[in-house]
Amino acid sequence: MTEPLSFELSRPAMPPRLPSAGQTGPAPADLLPAAALRTRPPALPRLSEPEIMRHYSRLASLNYSISENFYPLGSCTMKYNPVANEVAAALPGFAGLHPYQDEDSVQGALELMWRLEQALCAVVGVERVTLQPAAGAHGEWTALRMIAAYHDSRKENRTEVLVPDSAHGTNPASAALSGFHVVEVRSGPDGRISLGDLESKLGPKTAALMLTNPNTLGLFEREILDIAEMVHATGALLYYDGANLNAFMGICRPGDMGFDAVHMNLHKTFTTPHGGGGPGAGPVGVKADLVPFLPSPTVERVDGHFKLDHRRPQSIGRVRSFYGNFGMLVRAYTYILAMGGDGLSQASQDAVLSANYLRKLVEDDLEMPHEGPCMHEFVASAGRLNHEHGVRALDLAKGLLDRHFYAPTVYFPLVVPEAVMVEPTETESKATLDSFGAAIKELVAEAKTNPQALHDAPRTMPVGRLDEVGAARRINAWLQGQSDDPVLRWKAPE
Amino acid sequence: MPYLVHSPEDRTAMLERIGARTMDDLLVDIPRSLRIDALDLPDGLSELETMAEITAMAARNRVFADRLTFRGGGVYRRFIPAAVAAVTSKPEFYTAYTPYQAEASQGTLQAIFEWQTLIAELTALDVSNASLYDGATAVAEAAMMAFVHTGRDEVIVSGYLHPEYMQVLRAFGAGRGIKVRKGGEPTKKTAAVIFQQPDFLGLLVDARSLTDAAHAEGALAIACVDPISLALLAPPGEYGADIAVGEGQQLGLSPSYGGPHVGFIACTRELVRRLPGRLVGASHDAEGRRGFVLALAAREQHIRREKATSNICTNHSLCALAASVYLTYMGPEGLRQVAETGFRRAHMLAERLAALPGWEMAFPERQFLNEFPVRAPKGPSLARKLARKGILGGLDVSRWFRELKGVLTFTCTEVNDERALDELLAAIG
Amino acid sequence: MADRRYTKTHEWVTVDGKTATVGITDFAQSQLGDVVFLELPNIGRKLDLRETFGVIESVKAASDLYAPVAGRITEVNQKLAGKPELVNSDPYGEGWIMKLELSGELPSDLLDESAYKSVIESSAGH
Repeated sequence: MTEPLSFELSRPAMPPRLPSAGQTGPAPADLLPAAALRTRPPALPRLSEPEIMRHYSRLASLNYSISENFYPLGSCTMKYNPVANEVAAALPGFAGLHPYQDEDSVQGALELMWRLEQALCAVVGVERVTLQPAAGAHGEWTALRMIAAYHDSRKENRTEVLVPDSAHGTNPASAALSGFHVVEVRSGPDGRISLGDLESKLGPKTAALMLTNPNTLGLFEREILDIAEMVHATGALLYYDGANLNAFMGICRPGDMGFDAVHMNLHKTFTTPHGGGGPGAGPVGVKADLVPFLPSPTVERVDGHFKLDHRRPQSIGRVRSFYGNFGMLVRAYTYILAMGGDGLSQASQDAVLSANYLRKLVEDDLEMPHEGPCMHEFVASAGRLNHEHGVRALDLAKGLLDRHFYAPTVYFPLVVPEAVMVEPTETESKATLDSFGAAIKELVAEAKTNPQALHDAPRTMPVGRLDEVGAARRINAWLQGQSDDPVLRWKAPE
Repeated sequence: MPYLVHSPEDRTAMLERIGARTMDDLLVDIPRSLRIDALDLPDGLSELETMAEITAMAARNRVFADRLTFRGGGVYRRFIPAAVAAVTSKPEFYTAYTPYQAEASQGTLQAIFEWQTLIAELTALDVSNASLYDGATAVAEAAMMAFVHTGRDEVIVSGYLHPEYMQVLRAFGAGRGIKVRKGGEPTKKTAAVIFQQPDFLGLLVDARSLTDAAHAEGALAIACVDPISLALLAPPGEYGADIAVGEGQQLGLSPSYGGPHVGFIACTRELVRRLPGRLVGASHDAEGRRGFVLALAAREQHIRREKATSNICTNHSLCALAASVYLTYMGPEGLRQVAETGFRRAHMLAERLAALPGWEMAFPERQFLNEFPVRAPKGPSLARKLARKGILGGLDVSRWFRELKGVLTFTCTEVNDERALDELLAAIG
Repeated sequence: MADRRYTKTHEWVTVDGKTATVGITDFAQSQLGDVVFLELPNIGRKLDLRETFGVIESVKAASDLYAPVAGRITEVNQKLAGKPELVNSDPYGEGWIMKLELSGELPSDLLDESAYKSVIESSAGH
C-alpha cells in the first residue's frame, strides 16, 4: 500500500476559517512596494481537515515504532517512551513559556533545569552539566570546543584528537568541525582499544582522546584507569561518548573513571522519544577544569532563587538559540523522578542481563567475534554466513522486518565485517527476547537452505527494497518531482 | 519500579541460561575500585507523586495568554490547529526510530519528503533537507556550506541578525576557522553575505540588493527568513539567494521555553551536495512501487566521518512533522490570511503606540510586517506594569544593541484580537 | 597506449607522451559498490604526487582519490556527472576520471600488474 503525497491529493478546497483582520489596518499591498512582494503564491497543498487527518493516519500505519515492535538496535537504546513524560511536557505551565519572559515568571522552568543538571551530575559523576546541546552530535562538538578553549587558555597548541577505529562517525566529524586533526587508534584483537597503539599516538599535540565505555562492541574497557592516566600524563583530556551509558547507571560512573567531559543522550538513556529522527538532547557534563568554558547562560541557584548566568567571560558562547530543548528536558526529568536512583540502577542491571541472555540464545547461530560477557549490547557477525551462503547482515536485517522485528544495527562498528549489533534494553520482556532468538534461528536456517528468500526480503512491508543507488544518483528530492522517472514524477497543484 | 519488565523469576531464569551465578559475574570486567553501591539520588516515586511534583513545578511558572502576548524576538504565539498535536502524538510517529530501514519507515520518510517539498515551495528554492535544530544553527550550517563551497573563510552579516543566531554563528565559526564580520561590503574574500528578512527588529531589508552585491564578488547570498512572511514577501528563490534558512517555530510549535523548535535549510541545485544532515529522496522497489529513502547518505557524518560538512545526526524530525501538518492545514490561502492579519493588526498597534505621548517609531522610514521597533519614554518598568495586567509586553532590545537604548519591539499575530490591543493600550496608561 | 600502472590506493594511470590518464581500478569499484557521485577538481589545477584530487562516493562509502603522478589537469571526464555508473561498468575505459599534463619524471613506486595483484590479495584477507 502506498499513500499519495499531500501534494497529489490536493484539490481546490476551502481554506480553514481563521480570525479575520477585518478592514482595520492597511493591507500589505497598500504599503509595501511590488518588488518586495511575492509574485506567485507558494504551491502548498489544499486539503480539508478530514482529508488531512486520514492522510497522516495512513502514513502512520506505514511505520514501525517502538510502541508496537521490538527495536534491537545496538547503540540506540530504544527503550520504552513513558507516556507520563508526554503529559508533563504538554503542561501549559511548560509549553506556554516564552523564552524571553522575566526570570521571576519562570522559576519552575529554571528549577527543573537546575534539578535535572544535579541529577545528571549524580548519575555520571561530574561537577556541572550544560543542557544546551540539541542532540548527541551537537553535545559532542560542544565538549570538544570546551576542550579546545581549555588548551587555548593554557597557551597550549594542541591540534589532534584521538578516536578509536570502532567509534561512531559523529566522533571524527565533530572533532574536524571543532578544528582538530583526527588520528585513529586501533582496537586490539579482544575488541578493546590497543594500549600500545594509544601510547604511540599520544603526544604533546593531543588535545583529547574520545572514548565510549563500554565501547561500540559492548565491551567494557577494563583498562580505563590506565588509559585515563596515560592521557592525563600527556596533558590531554578524556572525553566520554555517552551512547552506551545505559550499561552501567548505578554500577559505576564515567566521572570516576577519569573522564573530564561526559556526553549523554537524553533520547537514548533517558527515554525521550526518537520522533522518527529527533528532536533529542545531548547534555554534556564537565569536571572542574572545564567549568569556566561551559556554554552561556548556565542555570544557577542563589538563596533558593533560580537565575540564568550570562556573565561567563571564558564561555565558548552559545551553541544554539535559547536554553536547550526544554520540552525534552521536561520529559527526561519526569523519567528520572519516577525511576529514582534505585530504578535507574536496576534499569542498567536489567539491560546488561537481557543483552547477555539474548547473546546466549543466538551464539550458535551467529558468529561472536569477541568473548563474553558483554554489557548492555553485543556485536555478532554474519561474516561466515556471507562467505558460505552469500547471505549478508543486510539480508538478515530485511528478513527480520518480515517477522515483525525491526532490524538490529548493521555494518557498525566498522571493525567487524558484516556486523550485527544488538541492544535489547531493559524494557523488553523475556518472552520478546525468546521470540527474537527464535526468529534469528529461523533466519539463519533459511539462509542455509534458501538464501534467495532473504535476498528478496522484505516481502510483507508496504514496499520492498528500494533502489537507494538510483535515489543517490538522481537525488529525486527536487521541487515538483522533476525527474526522468515517470513513477517518481509528480505535479504540484495549480 | 516503573517501566521495568523482568520479575525476580525472570532474572533468575535468565542468569541460569547464561550460566552466571549472579550479576557480578556479568560485571566482571569493571574494576572493583570503580563499583558504586547506589546512585546519590532519591528513590523513585509513584506516577501519582511524580506528576504531582511536576505539576507543582509547572505551576511555579507564569503563562501569559496568547492574545495578551506582544513579545516576539524569534518565538511567536500563533494559532496552532488541534490537528498538529493529534498527528505528532501518534505513537507510530513519535516513538519511531530514524528511518534507516526504509521499508519499515515509509510513514516518517514520506512525511519528511512532504516537509522538504513544503519548505522548497515556500522559499522557491530547488531542494530542502530533513530539518536542523533551530534557526540559529541553521544560519551556522549555511555559513559552513558557503565556506566549503567557495573555499573562502569569511562571512559578512548584514543588518540586524537575531543576536543569538549571531552568537551561535561565531561559536561554529571559531571551530571551523570561519571569520564573521558584522557589516561592510563583500569582497573576493567573502564566502557569503548573511541577512535576515524581516530583520531582528521586524524591519524589511533590501534582499535583492544584498543578494546582487554578494554575487558580484562571487560570494553566496544566505537569507534567514520568517516562514510565515513568505506567504507575502518575495521568497529567496525569487531574488536569487543561494541558501535560505530560518526558524520554523511559528509553524505549529509551542514556545516551550525555547525548544524544541525546528530549523530549515533550502538551496539551489548546485549546492545540494553541500547540504548538511539528512535528505529524503524518492525511489522505487523491484515491483515499481514508489517509496522514499534517505538519499546522499555519503555526505553525512557516519560515512564521511571527519570529511563531512557537518556532524548533524539526530535532527528535529517530529517538529518538522508538526510544521508540515500546520502548513498543509493552512494551505496557501490560509497562510496568506494569517500573515495578512498579523500585518494589519501590527500596523494598527504601531499607529496607536506612536500616538502616545513620548512614544515614536524607531525607524519610521522602514517597512515592517508584524513586528516593529518603537522608542518608549523612560520611566518605571513598563514590562512589570504590563505583567501585572497579565500582558507580556514588548521586548527590550537594548540588552543586545547598545545603540538601541529605549527601543522595544512589539509583535502582533492573528492571536491578538482587537480587544487585546485595547487592553494593552489601557495598561500602558 | 602504454602499460597500465597502479598505486597502493587503487588508482590506475596510463601515459601517452606527456599525457597521463587516471582512473580507479576494478578492485576499487567493486569494493565501493555502485558509484553515485564523483567530486572532481577543476581543469588547470596543478597536483602534487599523491595529492588528494577528489572524492568518489557510493551509497555506503566515500573515498578520497590520490594523484598517482604529478601534473596539471587538462581534462576531466564530464560524462561521469550524469553517469557515475561508468566507473563501475568500465573502470579502465569509459570510466576514466581525469587527464594530466605530466610534470617531471614518473614516480618510481608505481606498481605493475603483478605487484598490484599482490596488493589486492593481501588486503583481501581483511
